[in-house]
Amino acid sequence: MSSIGTGYDLSASTFSPDGRVFQVEYAMKAVENSSTAIGIRCKDGVVFGVEKLVLSKLYEQGSNKRIFNVDRHVGMAVAGLLADARSLSEVAREEASNFRSNYGHNIPLKYLSERVAMYVHAYTLYSAVRPFGCSFIFGSYDQDDGPQLYMVDPSGISFGYWGCAIGKAKQAAKTEIEKLQMKDMTCRELVKEVAKIIYIVHDEVKDKAFELELSWVGEVTNGKHELVPKDIRVEAEKYAKDSLEEEDDSDEDNM
Amino acid sequence: MERHLMDSKIKGVSTGTTILAVTFNGGVIIGSDSRASIGGYYVSSKTINKLIQVHDRIFCCIAGSLADAQAVTKAAKFQISFHSIQMESPPLVKAAASVLKELCYNNKEELQAGFITAGWDRKKGPQVYTVALGGMLLSQPFTIGGSGSTYIYGYADAKYKPDMSKEECLQFATNALALAMGRDNVSGGVAHLVVITEEGVEHVVIPGDKLPKFHDE
Repeated sequence: MSSIGTGYDLSASTFSPDGRVFQVEYAMKAVENSSTAIGIRCKDGVVFGVEKLVLSKLYEQGSNKRIFNVDRHVGMAVAGLLADARSLSEVAREEASNFRSNYGHNIPLKYLSERVAMYVHAYTLYSAVRPFGCSFIFGSYDQDDGPQLYMVDPSGISFGYWGCAIGKAKQAAKTEIEKLQMKDMTCRELVKEVAKIIYIVHDEVKDKAFELELSWVGEVTNGKHELVPKDIRVEAEKYAKDSLEEEDDSDEDNM
Repeated sequence: MERHLMDSKIKGVSTGTTILAVTFNGGVIIGSDSRASIGGYYVSSKTINKLIQVHDRIFCCIAGSLADAQAVTKAAKFQISFHSIQMESPPLVKAAASVLKELCYNNKEELQAGFITAGWDRKKGPQVYTVALGGMLLSQPFTIGGSGSTYIYGYADAKYKPDMSKEECLQFATNALALAMGRDNVSGGVAHLVVITEEGVEHVVIPGDKLPKFHDE
């Protein structure tokens, strides 16, 4: 598939002759094996969408969450090794909580994502530990700073985005995200578009059933990060399914 | 309102003092006297500075044991400047006050110092916070502290108005300090005032003999 390290990939504390740390790259592969998660920032909030693949009919619906609350105003969507992601969500929660305890106000998202990124990066330095095999998308809304969206990957860097995607279909999702004019959209409009993108990038052949997890934070929720209410989610899913059918039909006409 | 402890013989040099901070339209004025005393009998300094700058637009005034207050503000100044560099933006006044509060609360057994933190930030504009002896943090439009404050509660409550102009506020603060220094034996010297606004920080020093005089003087 891709290049093999052959001897330079046994530990994170070794560089290869061409200057790569293979363990970190392998960690990013782990993220690419997981199903897609996207986050988009609009003019009054942030919306997350996660494609949760249903591996067994026995799973309880709504469990196996991939979107976490880090603080009242901060949400986090993950892709990759879920166990790694859950333990890192605890790290993020502690950072946010300690910040509020020391400084008396909500943690700014840029700072939180940098702190989590620093923590993730620390695990890429030593041979005794392995890098975290997950990426996160953090989103928050604050009345003064507005909506913010940051992504942290296994190498320990964090960047701010207007829209980003992680997981197996991230390229396809990014293409769809780039078509949106998110700076002019509101959360309500964006929720439907996020659902539509997840439906578009979902591979029916390989992956069969999936559950859509949607969450948002913005003016519409008064700055609180929460799962999108059921009726709005159902409406968004309907819009997504209908758009897909339309596109299928229009494709057939063109052919 | 809580009465700050007067100078204590155990703690040595302390600031029987008068401190205050008042918000006005567009800024905040923080002020203090300049006397340090030992035991209430000996004036160890007539010109100490009780207004400590902890960041570009945030000042603290100190009351209680001078040693404790200096140690705490030094630690707080470091923490706030580091925090500000990490945030890549000027600190919120609330954050600076919280840092002081954490120091006071976590070390309450050993410390005997109270503070008034005042400043200007982009988010909420001019603000005043009281950090009391045990570590209580309270936000107020204006506040007075120190041993001399007990003599001016009446004046302050009667004469304070919200949204004053800078000149009105300066007059209010100067009068309050003068009245307190006139009655409290452990407050005196010169009146230090700092005017903090978005534009900058302006120091005003009024020597004792130039302070406003009231009847009897």
